[in-house]
Amino acid sequence: MTATSLTGPRAGAAGGPPPAARSARPAWRSSGALGVGVATLWLSIIVLLPLSAVVVRSLDGGVGAFWDAVTSRQALAALRFTVLVSLATAAINVVGGTLIAWVLVRDRFAGKRIVNALIDLPFALPTIVAGLTLLTLYGPRGPFGIDIAFTQAAVLLALLFVTLPFVIRSVQPVLIELDREMEEAALSLGARNATIFRRIVLPNLGPAILSGAALAFARAIGEFGSIVLISGNIPFRTQVSSVYVFKLIESDAPTSAAAVSTVLLLVSLGVLLGIRGLGRWGVRHDR
Amino acid sequence: MISVTGVTKRFGDYVALDDVSIEVPDGSLTALLGPSGSGKSTLLRIIGGLESPDVGRVEIHGEDTTAVPAQRRGIGFVFQHYAAFKHMTVRDNVAFGLTVRKRPKAEIAAKVDELLEIVGLAGYQTRYPSQLSGGQRQRMALARALAVEPKVLLLDEPFGALDAKVRADLREWLRKLHDEVHVTTLLVTHDQEEAMSIADQIAVMDHSRIEQVGTPRDLYDRPATPFVMRFLGPVTQLGEALVRPHDIALSLDARPGSFEAQVARVVHLGFEVRAELVLGDGEEIAVQLTRAEADELEIAIGDIVHVRSTVLPRALTTGGVPAPDALSA
Amino acid sequence: MTVDRPWRIGLRVLALGYLALLLLVPVGLIFYRTFEHGVGAVWDSITTPAAIHAFQLTLEVMAIAVPLNTLFGVVMAMALARGRFPGKAIVNAIIDLPFAISPVVIGLSLILVYGVNGWLGGALTNAGIQVIFSVPGIVLATIFVSLPFVVREVTPVLREIGDEQEQAAATLGAGAWTTFRRITLPAIRWGVAYGVVLSVARCIGEFGAVSVVSGKISGETETLTLLVEKRFSNFDLAGAYAASALLALIALGTLLAMTMIKPRREEGDA
Repeated sequence: MTATSLTGPRAGAAGGPPPAARSARPAWRSSGALGVGVATLWLSIIVLLPLSAVVVRSLDGGVGAFWDAVTSRQALAALRFTVLVSLATAAINVVGGTLIAWVLVRDRFAGKRIVNALIDLPFALPTIVAGLTLLTLYGPRGPFGIDIAFTQAAVLLALLFVTLPFVIRSVQPVLIELDREMEEAALSLGARNATIFRRIVLPNLGPAILSGAALAFARAIGEFGSIVLISGNIPFRTQVSSVYVFKLIESDAPTSAAAVSTVLLLVSLGVLLGIRGLGRWGVRHDR
Repeated sequence: MISVTGVTKRFGDYVALDDVSIEVPDGSLTALLGPSGSGKSTLLRIIGGLESPDVGRVEIHGEDTTAVPAQRRGIGFVFQHYAAFKHMTVRDNVAFGLTVRKRPKAEIAAKVDELLEIVGLAGYQTRYPSQLSGGQRQRMALARALAVEPKVLLLDEPFGALDAKVRADLREWLRKLHDEVHVTTLLVTHDQEEAMSIADQIAVMDHSRIEQVGTPRDLYDRPATPFVMRFLGPVTQLGEALVRPHDIALSLDARPGSFEAQVARVVHLGFEVRAELVLGDGEEIAVQLTRAEADELEIAIGDIVHVRSTVLPRALTTGGVPAPDALSA
Repeated sequence: MTVDRPWRIGLRVLALGYLALLLLVPVGLIFYRTFEHGVGAVWDSITTPAAIHAFQLTLEVMAIAVPLNTLFGVVMAMALARGRFPGKAIVNAIIDLPFAISPVVIGLSLILVYGVNGWLGGALTNAGIQVIFSVPGIVLATIFVSLPFVVREVTPVLREIGDEQEQAAATLGAGAWTTFRRITLPAIRWGVAYGVVLSVARCIGEFGAVSVVSGKISGETETLTLLVEKRFSNFDLAGAYAASALLALIALGTLLAMTMIKPRREEGDA
């Protein structure tokens, strides 16, 4: 394959920015470096310092005390319940969130834009208000006659509220960008809708769904404000880890609180790293 | 044979196709040629079942398929941007239509390997589309479409997203493939060189209608409308007539039917010479000469020359048969 | 794929039904229950001295936290998108932490550093500064939880628009600050605006971390969200609803701002 190019002089001068730009760069570099330094300092003081205090001071009473605090019956029960209910939340969001995202992107109906805007309500509404409203609706004297206050279902409900936007907002942009021609190609090759959804759409939405679910999970295991009113915080039944930690702080047991918190921190960290890994996997197939 | 009768399609107020009819012979390679917005892609998609017409009928091999969904039309469709299943390997892509039809694994594997061999992608089974070049992806898309042995192959500007060199190579390769495989093929393109070089017949479309259908030679020599003439090649207007630049004779003295013009520029394009002239009324025209002719006339900028058409216009504003004195330039 | 009509309607009903039961009905009910006894009672409820102070405190804290985090956010975004320095991945991860950590843990972490027995507790007491159970603690907690928003909104915008315009400005003789002020800042303003709106919502709505560090001293360290909880615990349901309605109103305003700004985020110009 010979290349006969009639283009003019080779555009090979793409070596670097013109000299004038080069001399302007160092100015940004030095003031930029100072800015980065200050910002990193801010980040360290505000976030790193306190968080490291939690991890370090959880060992104030020695490893033995740490272990006791983390494996106490109440701590384990709370952790178990927290993880389970958060997993359930994530799972329900996977189905519900994908469904809602689909309807918002592919369907057309009056008021769709308002509905789309309302999805962000859980982000904007204070958690304590969310808890109060759910209690009002689904607790004693609720208008529907449903009373699930102080049950595990109530915790699930509160978590579903606060995590609603995560999967939806994660899936929506991917669904919008999805190459419709892939679906048409599958159609022309004889596939029916169910097959197209299963083999073409879903695999391409997979990473987005998972990362939305992971974010929902991370949010759920730490949630406090919306749960504290409606769950009754009954130990061994409806008490989540964040409430347990709160109890420990109030009972002046900061070291034990720090120990349980460290465990929670590790779980959050794990989830965060998982999400980043997912992000890289999703990009691999895109071009 | 594909038979389209009286198809009209509207998108809201916009008329994409206006009472369009065409017949595509079995085993031929037909091009739908036209500028963007002419309706050619819409027509292709209607034939393929990806859109349905408001009015009209589509028949494939004698069967009325107007209401048949795309899944069951037995067509292969190739898209401009490949529509590769980017989350599947090349093998899974090509095998897709066969797995949907639940063919036995061994048969699928054999067919996939055979097709990849034909399109020159043997050994690429386990690659992903993101690891292929544009041209390779399009060849994969072709293999995928051919895997289900379609009665008809539809290609929607298949080379539009590729560089000029790859485009030229792939177009020749498509023609050779067609000669071997003999599937009725319908190709949409806006590139007249592409259509002229590989199609058996061309349907020229403009503004939702078919202007003319014929072989490349027919369309070039006997265009039915000025639009077709302009679309398929360079055109110069002399007075009321439209003439091809190479059908114009240039002389230093006046001849019957000639127009006076002044030389504005002489461009040497290797073997050919293009003389850019200005007519008496200010119109700028171009005339194509061979180097020999140009050397003999020795024209220079500013010279006054005379131009006339060497073909007799058949109708007032189209090309026509050679004029009696064409030989005596 | 084009979904058949019955399926499409079905999916739509399912999706909208879920949203109605989870979102719309609860929030609607709050407003209903609040105004059940008349607007006058509501007004009285949110104009008690405690309520007014809570409102003022909440705004004060937000007025400190948001500008600081905005400044940090823009600087950090520039560093992440334009700069080159080791450890970017770590910095990214740390910035995401406030999203992933329970607010109660955040409150605890502040006590462990700034409380009387905290790492800096001794030094602070000697200097006569009280952080925990006082306003500074609330400010620190609020800054912590609202830290990532502006960074996270501005960084992708900076990446998207590229630095060609900035390079062009440099070739025309503009210095770093001028380039930033006249080229970069206008291009990212909607990203910044969106981040600010999200931060504001987060600051006003923070409960868990503030619950731990504030001591909930009425008239001193009680924010609006803490007021809601306090009233609820004291069986002043109407009062709790009133304060909630106020917060919900602010939330809806935030939502409106978000909806209007969101589509303009990605515009690199105007």
